[in-house]
Amino acid sequence: MIPFPRFRATKTVVLLSSLLLVAVGAAGAQDWVRTGTNLGAQKIRLAAADFKSAGNQSNLSNDPQTFNYVLYSDLKNAGIFDMVSKSLAPTAIPGSPQEIDLSKWSAPPANAAMVAFGTITIQGGRDIVYGWLFDTKATQSPQVLGMQYNEAAGPDTARHIAHEFADAIIARLGGGINGIAESKIFYVSSRTGKKEIWGMDYDGFNQHRITHLNQIALSPRISPDGTRLAFDELSSRGDNIRIYSMALHRMVRFPIHDGSDFSPAWSPDGNNIAFSSSRSGDPEIWISSVSGFGLRRVTAYRGPDVSPVYNPKTGNQIAWISGRTGLPQLYIMNSDGTGVERMTDGGYATSPSWSPNGQFLAFAWSRHYGPGAPGGQDIYVMGIATHKWVQLTHDIGRTDFPSWSPDGRHIVFQVHRGGQTEIWTMLADGTGQHALTTVGSNQMPNWSWK
Amino acid sequence: MQLYKKNSALAGAALAAFLVITGCHHKQAEVPPPPAPPAETAPAPTANITATPSSITPGQTAVLNWSTTDATSVSIDGIGDVPSSGTKNVSPTDTTTYTLTATGDGGSSNATATVTVSQPAPAPNTSGPLTEAEFEQNVKPVFFDYDSYSIRPDAQQAITQDASYLQSHPEAKILIAGYCDDRGSAEYNLALGQNRANSAKTALVQAGVDASRVRTISYGKEKQFCTEQNEACWQQNRRAQFSLDQQQ
Repeated sequence: MIPFPRFRATKTVVLLSSLLLVAVGAAGAQDWVRTGTNLGAQKIRLAAADFKSAGNQSNLSNDPQTFNYVLYSDLKNAGIFDMVSKSLAPTAIPGSPQEIDLSKWSAPPANAAMVAFGTITIQGGRDIVYGWLFDTKATQSPQVLGMQYNEAAGPDTARHIAHEFADAIIARLGGGINGIAESKIFYVSSRTGKKEIWGMDYDGFNQHRITHLNQIALSPRISPDGTRLAFDELSSRGDNIRIYSMALHRMVRFPIHDGSDFSPAWSPDGNNIAFSSSRSGDPEIWISSVSGFGLRRVTAYRGPDVSPVYNPKTGNQIAWISGRTGLPQLYIMNSDGTGVERMTDGGYATSPSWSPNGQFLAFAWSRHYGPGAPGGQDIYVMGIATHKWVQLTHDIGRTDFPSWSPDGRHIVFQVHRGGQTEIWTMLADGTGQHALTTVGSNQMPNWSWK
Repeated sequence: MQLYKKNSALAGAALAAFLVITGCHHKQAEVPPPPAPPAETAPAPTANITATPSSITPGQTAVLNWSTTDATSVSIDGIGDVPSSGTKNVSPTDTTTYTLTATGDGGSSNATATVTVSQPAPAPNTSGPLTEAEFEQNVKPVFFDYDSYSIRPDAQQAITQDASYLQSHPEAKILIAGYCDDRGSAEYNLALGQNRANSAKTALVQAGVDASRVRTISYGKEKQFCTEQNEACWQQNRRAQFSLDQQQ
């Protein structure tokens, strides 16, 4: 639910509710999942039972605890469930359909509409998980899902299986949109002393370094199929777009080096990269295929043009930032350069990200910019068709670089506060804001496409 | 006019004398002053001072920037009495520590800022290859206004001098790097920094330097020359910097 601002009564909050309803339409109502109770979509009350642990090695392993914790977190993070807290759940641990008493789960205090339960067996060097999702009220035929997982036991296996099961539940109950439990976030970290590209799981786990350039690496953008990571490298040799192969674990060629190039963006079919280039003098938006063919310029106006992003649903529009009128403003155009449309009406706007359903832009905006001006730089979401916007962050620090999750329900972004820059996540209505990184300086997050 | 002034001076003196006489007379009829308020402990004064940049060569200028609170008398060693807050350009020839002293009813407080003066490199040996140090000694950066990449008059002056030096060293290849202060967004500042480097290159070429000698890059806000959060430092960071290009 869009939080109604207490300190600033604006017409935009009411209009956003109506714009969401209008923009999405009846069939698309499933695309935009509300997380509040008074906007029409009821959250499903879901219980995730602790799984029964079995097998002759289960006493030696942390996997059962890890599995239970991660499954619960993934379902809670999804933003579409009203989770039954573990303290309200029945104490029984049903390991199979024969063992579960649904009446205990549907009754108070749990009041669950759905319950996930099962068994995790650690045996013979493998994790074997049987998981069920039952409708507590459909006592005749309660089974909604029955899943089985069997993987070699490694340091991340329990976590990985929990992600898979959570995603299965989310896809089944969340209107057919895939869950994000296995999605990744790529970002810039200065914790080794120089800015390098790092990656982590969507929940902040498994933070690991990817580049070892010892220069300045910025603006990571993962390809739609997840196999290549484009980014910007600054050194005295110049400002160049580089591509790292996630499969080969090394750089691969992006044979376009002339002038200074910044802020790469992938087209949704993975074939083209849009970027800002000064090869004709002034920084303009250019497009090239990944192999370097079809290089063409798309904007032609004096002033800095930077930070392009494709409409991920259609691939035939680009949003970007232009300083052509002075302070940077947000624009959209067709990807052939026609149909330029200005979206922001002033202030200082940067860092656009286009929502997966193609209907919204998230960006960073200081609406009143200048010394002594009220307010700071916050994350905003604007409807493309209506230009109506809503402010998602308030007074948490200076924010920038929002990036939509593949399910369109979350936004990851950077926050500068207390002298430190870290990466935070939130639901796309501004609720549930919390930090994913806490150590070193971390910024410019980019969420994977799946 | 002279006559008028003399008359009014006399009139003024007469008026002053009249007021003194009548003032003495009126004093006896004055209402006694109200009792003094109860004694309070006055707050201790605070003092802050910075020098930007903190390191110069002889002939260059640093900006002292200071502020105080709860002080009735403020002074800086070597300068004298100063207002409670302000800025001042200084050009010491040797390393100098400026001590700011703030005195008030609550006591006294001081702060220091040091300007380090490093001696310039020895006179250039024009028969040998141009060194990086020599280059940066003679080719000065140009500075820009906020969110701007236009060449100001002071920047044009520096360009003219830089071009003249570069013309006398035709073998030197030049790298121009554009920079921004740290307040804006990283990607936009990369492009703005590039615009600044481009402006400096255009101006240099118009002043006669061959365009093929000049390469441009942008560091955006990724490299800062100083980190204080004030306009003096932000101005230092909004620049196009020239250096000997190793890559051409």
